[in-house]
Amino acid sequence: MSCEQCHEREAVIHLTQIVNEQVTTLHLCERCAADKGVESPGSVPKTPLGTFLAAMGQEIATESPAPRSGENCPRCGGTLQDFRESGRLGCPDCYRSFEAPLRDLLRRLHGSTHHVGERYSEKQISLPAALNRPQAADLREQLRLAVETENFELAAELRDRLRVLE
Amino acid sequence: MIDLSLLTDGGVGWLDASGPSSHLVLSTRIRLARNLAGRVFQGRNSETEREDILETVERAARDTVLLRRAIKFRLDGLERTDRQLLHERHLVSKELAGLDADGRVRSGASLLVQDRLGVMLNEEDHLRLQGLHSGFALDAAYAEVDRLDAELGQRLAFAFHSEFGYLTSCPTNVGTGLRASVLIHLPGLVLTKEISKVLQGLAQVGLTFRGLYGEGSEVVGNFFQLSNQTTLGSSEYELLDHLGKMVRQVMDYEEQARQVLLRDAPAIIEDKVWRAYGLLRYARALSFEEAMNLLSGVRLGVGVNLIPDVGMYTMNKLLVYTQPAHLAVAEGVAPNDPDLPLRRAQFVRKVLESEVGRRG
Repeated sequence: MSCEQCHEREAVIHLTQIVNEQVTTLHLCERCAADKGVESPGSVPKTPLGTFLAAMGQEIATESPAPRSGENCPRCGGTLQDFRESGRLGCPDCYRSFEAPLRDLLRRLHGSTHHVGERYSEKQISLPAALNRPQAADLREQLRLAVETENFELAAELRDRLRVLE
Repeated sequence: MIDLSLLTDGGVGWLDASGPSSHLVLSTRIRLARNLAGRVFQGRNSETEREDILETVERAARDTVLLRRAIKFRLDGLERTDRQLLHERHLVSKELAGLDADGRVRSGASLLVQDRLGVMLNEEDHLRLQGLHSGFALDAAYAEVDRLDAELGQRLAFAFHSEFGYLTSCPTNVGTGLRASVLIHLPGLVLTKEISKVLQGLAQVGLTFRGLYGEGSEVVGNFFQLSNQTTLGSSEYELLDHLGKMVRQVMDYEEQARQVLLRDAPAIIEDKVWRAYGLLRYARALSFEEAMNLLSGVRLGVGVNLIPDVGMYTMNKLLVYTQPAHLAVAEGVAPNDPDLPLRRAQFVRKVLESEVGRRG
């Protein structure tokens, strides 16, 4: 079958559209399809994740025809389409905004969605003020680390600073 | 031009061949991807935000024990040769150094480095903590980076999700954010043509391989970087343990391949390694690729005791200092200088001659 657009090349893309409640199928060659903005399976996206993401995008399209990939992350404004193109998410909140498709992606990338490694707890963080005025407890911790790493020069300095504080 | 002598070990402590299994493994690298909570990822950061990230992280780093005396390199303020030099030393990624095809350095792209530890800033993630050790030393390298992670984590709020773990700009790094890689020399497996089977086997157990310079780089001189592919669903220790076991197995295969070669084709192997040595010792012009391949041959000869005069440290030194930017800086010319192959050959001759004199 030849391409319905250029009538020259072989049609390899068969695009089914619903226009005005009418189902039409377009038979296009790769180049004409690309001109119409249709990606063929042969046009591999540039990112390493590309092939995978392309597949994911297609699945999302078939599973939920709702304009899901157009939805924005409320925090950064990024869309699934952006992610599909760049292979990068916009912000940490994207993991919540696109949780369902990402969960699926993570399962396929890593074979799991559950982090079982070290956990970060916000309790670890000392107040920003402590950054500028290190408190005794903070210094003592640093001193302990300095001794542990056998950095005796630093340990001596920290001991002096502790003396001043106390 | 940057002064690398500022770094205590010149940034090349990892090549001193002092670590375990140094005859096969050049270096072990650990990196942890971290992002600051409440901020958009690097791809959406403005110039101002990147400056702010740099400032925030540097302030926190100066307050730690492990990066308190860190040297800071702003990649966006360096000439291309200097950026390439840092990349050749495996201190920064190709992306951060702006050595990708478009050749642009992102504003705020920086490196903090102290001894074997460093942090790349405004890379694909806000922070990329890294540690580089000589030889095969997964546990030691991880212990150090983990301690740095704890120190920075006490001072900075990291983006963390209760189910997905540490959040990264690319989902391939989410969870632990850990990538452990071992740079290993496998000429025996290449010569016996077993290498593709081994690499396929690694892919089946969730590991991956890259070339000498990591992601997107080609394999030169039979050097392979073996690393974990997944970062989520296993703990840091499980990931390291699995990679470690597989690397040990690959090392066994390599040793076996070398024994087979020495047993079944001793004359061919002997000729091959001495031929490589002869060319390095007397050639008048060497391209980087040719030098790497010849060094690989000599390294094999040193490893199986066919070439007694040369030490592994010399081999590693030649590997680093014959790279284009290193050689160009040492010789005071541009990395694309047409005479570079002549200067490379001269440099290699000089090093090998002095080695023979010292030992002989």
